[in-house]
Amino acid sequence: MMAKIQIDGAYYTVKTGKNILETCLSLGIYVPHFCYHPAMGSVGACRLCAVKKFKNRDDTRGTIIMSCMEPVADGLILAVSDPDAKAFREAVIEGLMINHPHDCPVCDEGGECHLQDMTVMTGHNYRRFGFKKRTYVNQNLGPFIHHEMNRCIQCYRCVRFYNDYAGGGDLGIFGAHDHLYFGRHESGTLENEFSGNLVEVCPTGVFTDKTLKNHFTRKWDLTNAPSLCVHCSLGCNIIAGERHGELRRIMNRYNGSVNGYFICDRGRFGYEFVNDPKRIKKAMIRISKDREPVETSPDILAETLSSAFSGNKKTIAIGSPRASLEANFALSTLVGMENFYHGVSQQEHVLVKTAIEILQRGTARSPSLKEIEKADAVFILGEDLTNTAPMAALAVRQATRNKGIKKAVKSGIPQWHDYALRQLAQEMKSPLFIATPFGTKLDELAENTYRASGNDIARLGFAVAARVHENAPSVKYPDEKQEMLAQKIAAALKSAENPLIITGCHSGSRDMLHAAANISEALTLTGKKALLCFILPECNSMGLGMMEGSALEDALEQISRGEADQVIILENDLYRRADKHLLDRVLGQCSQVVVLDHTENDTTRQADILLPVGTFAESEGTLVNNEGRAQRFYSVLPPGASAIESWRQIRDIMRACGNQEANTWENFDRVVQTMAEKMPVFSKIKGHLPQADFRILNEKIKRQTIRFSGRTALLANIAVSEPKPPDDPDSPLAFTMEGSDEIPPSGLVSYYWTPGWNSYQAMNFYLDEPNGSLKGGDPGIRLIESEGGTLSFFMPETLPFTPVKGEWLVVAVYQIFGSGELSSGSRTLATRIPQPFVYMNSRDMETTGVQPDDGVEFILSGKTTKVILRCDNTIPEGIAGMSAGFPGMPCFELPEWGRLTKTAK
Amino acid sequence: MEKPLTKHITPDGSQLLLKNYVRYGGYQAVHKALKQMTPSGVISEVKASNLLGRGGAGFPTGNKWGFVSADKDQESSRYLVCNADEMEPGTFKDRLLMEENPHQLIEGIIISSYAIRSDKAYIFLRWAYKKSEKVLRKAIAEAYEAGYLGRDILGTGYNIDLYLHTSAGRYMCGEETGLLNALEGKRSIPRAKPPYPAISGLFGKPTVVNNVETLSCVPHIVENGAGWFKSISFTGEGGTKLYGVSGRVNNPGIWELPLGITMRELIDTWAGGMMNGYKFRGALPGGASTDFIVESHMDVPLDFASLGPAGSRLGTGTMIILDDKTCPVAFIHNLEKFFALESCGWCTPCREGLPWVEKILGSIEEGKGTEKDIEILKFHTWYCGPGHTFCAHAPGAMEPLQSGLKYFYDDFMKHIHEKHCSWKS
Repeated sequence: MMAKIQIDGAYYTVKTGKNILETCLSLGIYVPHFCYHPAMGSVGACRLCAVKKFKNRDDTRGTIIMSCMEPVADGLILAVSDPDAKAFREAVIEGLMINHPHDCPVCDEGGECHLQDMTVMTGHNYRRFGFKKRTYVNQNLGPFIHHEMNRCIQCYRCVRFYNDYAGGGDLGIFGAHDHLYFGRHESGTLENEFSGNLVEVCPTGVFTDKTLKNHFTRKWDLTNAPSLCVHCSLGCNIIAGERHGELRRIMNRYNGSVNGYFICDRGRFGYEFVNDPKRIKKAMIRISKDREPVETSPDILAETLSSAFSGNKKTIAIGSPRASLEANFALSTLVGMENFYHGVSQQEHVLVKTAIEILQRGTARSPSLKEIEKADAVFILGEDLTNTAPMAALAVRQATRNKGIKKAVKSGIPQWHDYALRQLAQEMKSPLFIATPFGTKLDELAENTYRASGNDIARLGFAVAARVHENAPSVKYPDEKQEMLAQKIAAALKSAENPLIITGCHSGSRDMLHAAANISEALTLTGKKALLCFILPECNSMGLGMMEGSALEDALEQISRGEADQVIILENDLYRRADKHLLDRVLGQCSQVVVLDHTENDTTRQADILLPVGTFAESEGTLVNNEGRAQRFYSVLPPGASAIESWRQIRDIMRACGNQEANTWENFDRVVQTMAEKMPVFSKIKGHLPQADFRILNEKIKRQTIRFSGRTALLANIAVSEPKPPDDPDSPLAFTMEGSDEIPPSGLVSYYWTPGWNSYQAMNFYLDEPNGSLKGGDPGIRLIESEGGTLSFFMPETLPFTPVKGEWLVVAVYQIFGSGELSSGSRTLATRIPQPFVYMNSRDMETTGVQPDDGVEFILSGKTTKVILRCDNTIPEGIAGMSAGFPGMPCFELPEWGRLTKTAK
Repeated sequence: MEKPLTKHITPDGSQLLLKNYVRYGGYQAVHKALKQMTPSGVISEVKASNLLGRGGAGFPTGNKWGFVSADKDQESSRYLVCNADEMEPGTFKDRLLMEENPHQLIEGIIISSYAIRSDKAYIFLRWAYKKSEKVLRKAIAEAYEAGYLGRDILGTGYNIDLYLHTSAGRYMCGEETGLLNALEGKRSIPRAKPPYPAISGLFGKPTVVNNVETLSCVPHIVENGAGWFKSISFTGEGGTKLYGVSGRVNNPGIWELPLGITMRELIDTWAGGMMNGYKFRGALPGGASTDFIVESHMDVPLDFASLGPAGSRLGTGTMIILDDKTCPVAFIHNLEKFFALESCGWCTPCREGLPWVEKILGSIEEGKGTEKDIEILKFHTWYCGPGHTFCAHAPGAMEPLQSGLKYFYDDFMKHIHEKHCSWKS
């Protein structure tokens, strides 16, 4: 529905259902505000958004109203620039300035401070207050967030985000009147996985990025680039900022379909591995297996590579689910598709391929995170989202509000009136069912939880499908408890408008994926359009999975049999995926092991030729997220000799070998073009983003703001004359501040700024409307749409779980801090990684004679690992949960049976 | 003169037990309402009686009840909440009613709950009212035992449970929506209206919040009729009112009088006039958050409609008197200190403005004020005005200040020019 309204004398036709503030922002009209946030709605606390409303054309006085709390209606007459309204807004800032410290010069927020912006915008500049300011004692909130309470303007955004939106419990409001305190009951690390968003949500410098403090830079001095988080399969969009060759910080990059306004702490603080001393800086060659690798000159390197790859040796290549599509594609072109292997275990390979097949051939839709938020019934099988895909957990949390929101809206409460919605909805939740072996943080929102092994979870899934539609096969030996719960879940999914099933690879169960597929196909038969979300292991698991090729075991087998004797490994630590002894032997068997990677690991230590390549921060590339959305990340640090892009490095190898194909690959766009032609599954990627020659009125798009300082001084210690700024032949982005002032196409946004808005609030004007899509459409292109129903029901394959005396079925427990390869290499985040652990039920623990928190050794398939034994009574007897993928742990293929022995004290 | 609210209160201040209350005719109105009237019938009667809310706002009670959709099918619970968080400075009328005739209140609660088809009622009691708490607990127990509370009241099939909740102690809990938040266990900050409590109130359900004195009038209206209730007032607004006077009068206290007596009558006839040696300079007619009225308003009826044109409002009807030997600046400073500390801290003008006002008044009182300070005080009476803040707390705080600046401007300037407070020496 539309309404015609008048603002400052001009007429606009606008959507109804919105409040005046968000309408003004979507029209590009500057209305100062603090406490309103598009994702959290309006509460009307700060009073800064005051405008004048007139009853009719004869009303010359008007009344001051708060635009965030007033609905848009046909015939509305408003004045934003009314003198009374302006004076009032200025008075509000004066009120906030009474106690605000003169910290700007030393405050991290300066230069991207919402309070600074609003102070200038309202015109307040002179202090009349002559008394003392109130002060506070700060708290140590952990390694991520710095706390400086004196700067607080009591906008309440922090607690609204942390508690209401993100479900946290340890950030509170203490005190009253002009002595409010936002903090924990005592100093301590903030527990919530989204605490980092406080840095952006707080309009002042109360909550700032503590990791940035280690290498502080002003926002305007940063070189930025649109990038992608590489720590999980969700592909949240980020902005990376660097200065002087060091990656400084990660910020959220709005994508209305994916992450919206927020990212998780792993994504925000997991970047330090880019700056780590363990980065491989120089190419190294090892003359023979028993010698140490040494640095080498470019000529010798080129020669060595040339002879390695153009000889009679048979080379196979192992790609990576954390490398870009273009890097993997280039690799497959180098050795030939038939010699290209996916660098993932057979188990993982099968699971990813199964997920892709289900999405392509089934009838369910793979949902974006935004679509997950809209679901009104959710069934999660085998995924602890808070740890395997944190932003998906946040989306599910919002989804559980939908039933209550619907009821409140029916009672006449507008959707933006957040507190009123919550007040009327009370505890009402959309149905959520969680089936995992152990308790998860989302349990508090769930109608029912089901604790069992992966196989039994799959069986529950099959039972649900059979209850949704009779055509779906049911399980043999059904369990009555399972059947009753299945009935309930099926009923909830069937009566929902947007039923959602979430499962993934982290339980290691193909049966579970099959069960999820059955449920969604069954729902389709009942006339529902189901959403089916697969959580995959890594940032490009989907992309790699869409390429041909078989798993790592086959590659190792090839080498073992002597059918290949050279291997080139791309950005992959194989020791995280296969047994150490097997790898030692197989790699030792190769005459040449070529490794391209950016950080030292067990695989790079096996390299005969080690080639440094850039991280996401030093490359351009495409990643496909779990939704099937292909997205692009751009380099923020200019690629240099020590960090050349993987695809370019491989191209250079190909050129050195005289490969004709590589000669056409002048820049990144040409690689994409070839890839799109050779692999039809990626054809949509070509052309969905502006090419490198895209210009806005002959200007590139800048990575730096015009306020960037120190350009000539930065390198003056090396040479007095300023060198030519680095060129970027691969994208329309420039590494300098010379470029267009227009808002760039949505996939190329490097920073947020509009006149008067230096903080990230400027984002509002890059969107078609608050909470909507970026102007020009959200970046990314979906590659997988259901091709409409050639999938038949899967048959259940597993039997019920039977415990084994003296042993435990060990299942993988992923942790947001610890399970990620790259993020665990980031030193601040690494301080939050717990010691490797095994969770066990207390009754089981009693049988072992071990006390909780004691150290033990767990033995699985002949491999031992030292862990701390911890008590968790959510986990059923006979099952144990082991921390997965932690640094220093051997590679296990969980779930697996294991025993424990006590360690000697 | 009819005194329905206080006629059975004993001079020794003891609580009226149920058996005596019934002997005086108590709970007859419950019989009448539950057995002879429909819920909407009760609402009509109260509407017709022109009973205005006695908590300070003066909103027509019958209308408020009518908003809770009484005639639709009951799809969810409703709540009746009695606002017994009497914390307006200068106000002590509800305390008298609760300590001494608790059953009158309980009876009013039962009938009001019946009218809005609620089966759960709460009394939200001020933390400091320890005696009222004891009295009410005993009275509620008596009422349950006698079958006036609980299941199937008087065999009519109507159920009503009454809970007594004692506040943790802040002024904002007396604000209708602040009260509801406090009752739910949340921080006592107000809620935005709309949605009104009639749509989404306690625990998200339709709720009516009424003052103690308002509810205490209800049994009398039901028993004697709307016409009678209107007839015992001096004005068109129904009923009697508990009027209070504090300050340097000979006889400070509370009297139940027909609504609409004049200030002159209240002070001279009932409060015994000003004490020897003290002259009347002004009064806050309804507690701290009302505007001053002065000598020229002596004959204005003290009712909800008449005080508006005089620049003030009736509020709670308990008057605080400013005499000529009390420094007006100190008087207002004392009030603003209270308001500043009782700000909940939700919205900017109140949270930041009131402490600044308090500090300035302190400075002026000490003789350190300047003329610029007066400008800033005046500025705040606009800045913290109605509609500018989230609730009525700060606008209320500005009422004594703005009227004080109007009527006692010269006294402010005296402090500024003489650089000391001549009332103190």
